[in-house]
Amino acid sequence: MSYPDDLRYSKEHEWVRAEDSHATIGITSFASDELGDIVFVELPEVGSSLAQFGTFGVVESVKAVSDLYAPISGTVAEVNEALRDAPELLNSDPFGQGWIARVELSDPSELDALMDAAGYAAETA
Amino acid sequence: MSEAPPAGPLLHTPLHDAHRELGARLVPFAGYEMPVQYSSIIDEHRTVRTTVGLFDLSHMGEIEVRGDEAVAFLRYALVSDPGALVIGQAQYSMACQEDGGIIDDLICYRLEDDRFWIVCNASNRAAVVSHLEALLARGDFGASIEDRSDRTALVAPQGPNAAALLAELTDVDLAAIGNYRSASGIVAGVQCLVARTGYTGEDGFELFCDARRARAVWDAVATAGEAHGLKPCGLGSRDTLRLEAGMPLYGNELTRDTNPFEVNLGRVVKLEKGEFSGRAALQSVQQTGPARKLIGLEMRENAIPRAGYPVQADGRTVGHVTSGTLSPTLGTKIAMALVPAELAGIGNAFEVVVRERPYRAEQVKLPFYKRPPD
Repeated sequence: MSYPDDLRYSKEHEWVRAEDSHATIGITSFASDELGDIVFVELPEVGSSLAQFGTFGVVESVKAVSDLYAPISGTVAEVNEALRDAPELLNSDPFGQGWIARVELSDPSELDALMDAAGYAAETA
Repeated sequence: MSEAPPAGPLLHTPLHDAHRELGARLVPFAGYEMPVQYSSIIDEHRTVRTTVGLFDLSHMGEIEVRGDEAVAFLRYALVSDPGALVIGQAQYSMACQEDGGIIDDLICYRLEDDRFWIVCNASNRAAVVSHLEALLARGDFGASIEDRSDRTALVAPQGPNAAALLAELTDVDLAAIGNYRSASGIVAGVQCLVARTGYTGEDGFELFCDARRARAVWDAVATAGEAHGLKPCGLGSRDTLRLEAGMPLYGNELTRDTNPFEVNLGRVVKLEKGEFSGRAALQSVQQTGPARKLIGLEMRENAIPRAGYPVQADGRTVGHVTSGTLSPTLGTKIAMALVPAELAGIGNAFEVVVRERPYRAEQVKLPFYKRPPD
């Protein structure tokens, strides 16, 4: 499987799209395929703080409940409200319409601890 | 979902290769490696509700009971009255401990006057066999039991198109097989017991055959099913289908610490038939009324109830969720829960605690889903 080249990836199967001081985060297609039909997302609150690799929300498939792990630290600036009514976007378009949150980065150097697309592809092979 | 699988390598059903070829996601279940889904649990669920889904249930236990005193023995070993069955008829039943706790729920088929099949949960097969063997030895019945599970496969087409599909593969008169009835016959060239039973809330069949011929039956049903909208379905959708239909699952609603009256199955218990395993305890429960009751809940706030989550009434924990899910058919979030009997009542308010926060729920009638009349 190949993954978008412009993103960074965590071992917990989250992705980050960094744009200057902000970043968009979500879960990878590998994660959403593994989970199966996603039927519920518990989003973080706007203004809440995320710690890199700490939990920041929950996704539920038909059968399982899984924590979301923040790929980077920062403050939540915006969440994808569309997921409340359409959690299936995490299955159908995990790197696009299924984004989870926009975060104001507190330490952009943390991105260095994440994998690039090739590294993540190798990790999930 | 049920008990932890025994240590050691996972067993395979005779259809394991077929599941691999279909790209199934395989998971450990009751000591077997079983398909949980092929494509999507929700899609498979909807397929069974609207057309027809095909399940491999070959992991389940099939125990044959036969002999001059097979009826007397089964009356003693089960809570129901298999003697009331005519040949070709089946009944839902349970085996209970002396204290009334449920060892397993099962279906008892009368195949001949003195020959029955008990179809039980895979996870409880050993427990049911030892229950039967112990009672057989104690009561000196003229009956014998034989565990045929390993050489019996079970292929189950379930859904509104199941009968039309199956009719293309057999000369058995399916219209003559009513609900909870069975007949012997040839399906796709293979000798089968054709039973109109299931665990989905839809019309459907369970085809029992020799394990060595399972692939022939599976392939024939799958191929003929293409024109009927058939998809292979895994245990994930089986669980959501049975939950919508209000059917209990052993390990969730049913345990050795639960009696039939608590889970609304008192009607299965035939106290008037005479002595049987668990009778004294169950009679006492029937007289005093069960302490707990299994209820249906529908969430009034946005959270998915899951097995084990606490159930509160007025802020106080009073019970727990036994099974819960997002209902693919209804779009609502539903659960079954065990609560003190005095708190139960349609329309009553409860809260389900999800990740340490209570969410409002309302008691609704079971089943959540009933199939539309033909």
